[in-house]
Amino acid sequence: MEVKRPIPQVPAPVWSEFKDLQEWEKYHQSRATDDKTSNALASIADAIHHMPGGWIVTTSTDKIFNWARKSSIWPVTFGLACCAIEMMATFASRFDVERFGMVPWASPRHSDLMIVSGTVTIKMAPMLKRIYDQMPDPKWVVSMGSCANSGGPFRHGYHVVKGVDRVVPVDVYVPGCPPTPDSLMYGLLKLQAQVDEFQKTGKRPAASEPGGA
Amino acid sequence: MTVADVRARIQERFGVEAVVDGGVSVTLPRERWQEFARFAHDELGCRYFNWLSAVDWKDQGFEVLCRVENLDAPLVVTMRTRLTDGETHCASLTSLYRGADWMERECYDMFGIVFDGHPDLRRILLSDDWEGYPLRKSYAVDTPLAPYR
Repeated sequence: MEVKRPIPQVPAPVWSEFKDLQEWEKYHQSRATDDKTSNALASIADAIHHMPGGWIVTTSTDKIFNWARKSSIWPVTFGLACCAIEMMATFASRFDVERFGMVPWASPRHSDLMIVSGTVTIKMAPMLKRIYDQMPDPKWVVSMGSCANSGGPFRHGYHVVKGVDRVVPVDVYVPGCPPTPDSLMYGLLKLQAQVDEFQKTGKRPAASEPGGA
Repeated sequence: MTVADVRARIQERFGVEAVVDGGVSVTLPRERWQEFARFAHDELGCRYFNWLSAVDWKDQGFEVLCRVENLDAPLVVTMRTRLTDGETHCASLTSLYRGADWMERECYDMFGIVFDGHPDLRRILLSDDWEGYPLRKSYAVDTPLAPYR
């Protein structure tokens, strides 16, 4: 006689009870948009800068800080679509971004750079924003591939964000579908040049300035 | 059971001509949707639910399609029905096929077709606060909607 195992009765999840993520997200919404450094540090730096001869200290420390920042940009491992495969190839041993001081890190809280590699759907955009908000300042974003730049082939679809710059501020756009590891590495080097020009004001260089993308 | 037998039984029971297109394709009135599914499930032995979808034919209404299969025969039955005059309600097949659950939810999500008798009819792919049904021909894709569109 065949003995059938009983079918387990799994209760259906009630999604309206999953409120914690939404509530949690509220705490990340209150960050000033353009401010890349904290106000206390900025005021101290301003005071030193306006002392007689103080500019020598601030400009040289800016150089040191910028050198340190650009030499250890840690990208968060965040792959969205097929561009992520090229991103992984860039991280891997053949192209080896570690020689630029970039260590792919599996936590946004320790990372400086988010490479948006792939299509950002409208449903994914709040999660992307949440990961970006979890990263400590100063932080940078590289938009990788046509989809992240502008929506790409899905631009006239109903479900895709038409460029990730509608969600988070972007520093470097890397074109391609998908970009080759060479392209992405060129974009990362452009980002390093941009970080080198990073001022204590926290402003990004405009497109006409050196380091501007 | 040959395809000719199946056509004869459908003709006898439902009075519609079945088209042979690799399998058997039947166009049904909306009222006999569930009845035909029960017939296919119990008497034709189509226990495998392959897919369910819909087509928006604009003024001619929505067409709901479903394919069920008898994997032993083998026999493929495609059943289709037309929702005319702005009708958006259709009978659910979830009481016969457990697999129809998510398919009908997706159909509701994309076309706004309400399946009467479905135990849990809500959006499956899009977020709960989505406005409109994107695969309808009348859906304006490039409408700027908050916050990221």
